[in-house]
Amino acid sequence: MTSLATSTSAAEAVTAEAHEGHADLRLFGLATFLVADGMTFAGFFAAYLTFRAVNPLPAGSTYELELLLPSINTLLLLVSSYTFHRSGRHLLLGQMGPCRAWLLLTAGLGAAFLAGQMVEYFTLPFGLTDNLFASTFYALTGFHGLHVTLGVICILLVWFQTRNGGRVTSAAPFGLEAAELYWHFVDGIWVVLYGILYLL
Amino acid sequence: MTVASPNDFQDSLQPQGWLRYFSFSLDHKVIGLQYLVTGFLFYFIGGAMAGVIRAELASPISDFVSRETYNEVLTLHGTVMIFLWIVPVVNGGFGNYLIPFYVGARDMAFPRLNAVAFWMIPPAGILLIGSYFITGAAQSGWTAYPPLSLTTPALGQVVWIVSVLLLGGSSIFGGINFIATVLKLRRPGLKLMQLPMYCWAMLGTSILVVLSTPVLAGTLLLLSFDIVAHTGFFNPALGGNVVVYQHLFWFYSHPAVYIMVLPAFGLVSEILPIHARKPLFGYTTMVYSIMAIVVLGLVVWAHHMFTSGTPPWMRLFFTIATSFIAVPTGIKFFNWLATLWGGKLALNSAMLFSCAFIVNFVFGGITGVALAQVPFDIHVHDTYFVVGHFHYIVYGGTVFVIFASIYHWYPKFTGRLLNEDLGRLHFLLTFVGFNLCFAPQHWLGLNGMPRRVAEYDPSFTTLNQISSVGALLMAISSLPFLYNVLVSAFRGQVAGDNPWNALTPEWLTSSPPPVENWIGEAPLVEHPYGYGVDEETLSLEAATGKDLWSGAGRR
Repeated sequence: MTSLATSTSAAEAVTAEAHEGHADLRLFGLATFLVADGMTFAGFFAAYLTFRAVNPLPAGSTYELELLLPSINTLLLLVSSYTFHRSGRHLLLGQMGPCRAWLLLTAGLGAAFLAGQMVEYFTLPFGLTDNLFASTFYALTGFHGLHVTLGVICILLVWFQTRNGGRVTSAAPFGLEAAELYWHFVDGIWVVLYGILYLL
Repeated sequence: MTVASPNDFQDSLQPQGWLRYFSFSLDHKVIGLQYLVTGFLFYFIGGAMAGVIRAELASPISDFVSRETYNEVLTLHGTVMIFLWIVPVVNGGFGNYLIPFYVGARDMAFPRLNAVAFWMIPPAGILLIGSYFITGAAQSGWTAYPPLSLTTPALGQVVWIVSVLLLGGSSIFGGINFIATVLKLRRPGLKLMQLPMYCWAMLGTSILVVLSTPVLAGTLLLLSFDIVAHTGFFNPALGGNVVVYQHLFWFYSHPAVYIMVLPAFGLVSEILPIHARKPLFGYTTMVYSIMAIVVLGLVVWAHHMFTSGTPPWMRLFFTIATSFIAVPTGIKFFNWLATLWGGKLALNSAMLFSCAFIVNFVFGGITGVALAQVPFDIHVHDTYFVVGHFHYIVYGGTVFVIFASIYHWYPKFTGRLLNEDLGRLHFLLTFVGFNLCFAPQHWLGLNGMPRRVAEYDPSFTTLNQISSVGALLMAISSLPFLYNVLVSAFRGQVAGDNPWNALTPEWLTSSPPPVENWIGEAPLVEHPYGYGVDEETLSLEAATGKDLWSGAGRR
């Protein structure tokens, strides 16, 4: 009881003097984290490209992959970046209805991407340990898929928080902006991944 | 005024007094000391392991511990000392304590992330050390090179990977926090080129942490797949490539040397001007050399791999890039010497350790330049020459600076001074013990004694025994230090707020400082090194701590 009383007065003393607020640095922090996350992918990409340049595949294996499904998936992710952007613009204008609709569409596109990825996994002619390319393929797409899954969960959380009375509003858009930055990052990584894994 | 609610919550639920050091405190000073004390606990554990290694090597045959235990102990020694002692202490410990003062802020940019980053360390450390007692620890050295790490007992290796991933995550969170704090949280009116040098060192270090640590994390994930799921990324038997592991590993682990050493450069740049009563020489060149070291530090990693079948062009590039690092590093050393030149030196414990740092690090730097040259490197690769060089850098360099910093900032932490006689005894024992321990290892390496092996040719016995005596002296040296640190907290001479008459912002408040660092507005320190400068040329109006250092205080 005593400690509670003294600590309350200490809190009052702190707030009584001019409390220096500072600019919201959370997006800056997230961007720095995404640089770090991007370096993880860069390490994987470097490993994959070196494997491909140096280590020949065993006879009978090939780097060729079915292109149709991953190309549709690429399109889905690119469109989802646009839909997320639309959602963000509606939020800043205070139009919560369209904002939430575009948000849900983005989550749907992300989920469709993951479904497509699963279909591809089940139809591929090789498994995780078949050869070096197979292992690298699953590691890269799996690590990226983990990011997409996390992104879809974040979008659904933001969707919940944009409900009437939720924490994300046009005056406090951080939750949505953070999820959007992350989502664009995950899309960008996929474009590189698609280029070097499927097209190269 | 309206942002009271988080503070209310924090203050009413957080323990007060000494208990707060065991809590999820958000105060940067509490977190800084948590890092420091935890780091020192692991230092003594890692030191005990070094003791086991030196005891084993006191005789040429494997007689003190079994060979497997020897491998476990040398793996844990390296991992503990790097990831649980030096990196957390020079970055997390002093960084968290000092950086908010230096930028004129009341806390770090992300206090909660800061606490999370610290509390990832104890579980990782317990996991790592516990693995020795429960599953058997990893045996493949702190580098965990495959295929060795794929053939040694798997469970210990996996625990090692999990532990290092946790510590890497902690390090990345800390780095993000330092970058945001230095770049974005500066007090209004404070320019980047007016920051104390440690801020620049921490900015550079944090850039390295953010860019390189994730690569190690990804690599260790792939290594864990090789162990657990039997993929073949780094397993030659399954078509994998071990050299790719080495490239990715050193892409982190060479910058890791700068992650350990750059903050020490920063700390020593704070200590020397205060105890020499002179401005830091060449501030601008110091800043540019730090940034040059950051850039070069990212492109020299393959000099660890000259015997791994690297092609000639790669050897040429990495030899030249590595040799270039000597230039910015040399600039810093001449700046420190010029700072000391003609100063009113106070040869107290902080200063003695700082000067010894200069001597030790120059020696380690010279052997480093030698090691960058391919013909020489191939001759001494994986010998005790490398062990000697490395310990001159991280012990003779960074650990000496950590001790100097403890003597320098202890009055700020506690309000009491450390005993100088015990401090000088500590210095003497450490300096003699350190050189006795590691200097002979250069001869051993040049004559072909391989590292990481429990047995050696009997002709190496004498030098190894000298080295072991040095290690014993180092162990003894920690006794006066421990006694000093523990007893002085209660019985030490009361220091006053600014015992060194310093101008850097952390001294312009009470010792120990209040919650949120200053009563009233943070001082605007535009000349953190304005010693011996005419008082009228300094703009002091905004500094609330003016009475602390004006007049008689400015000798």
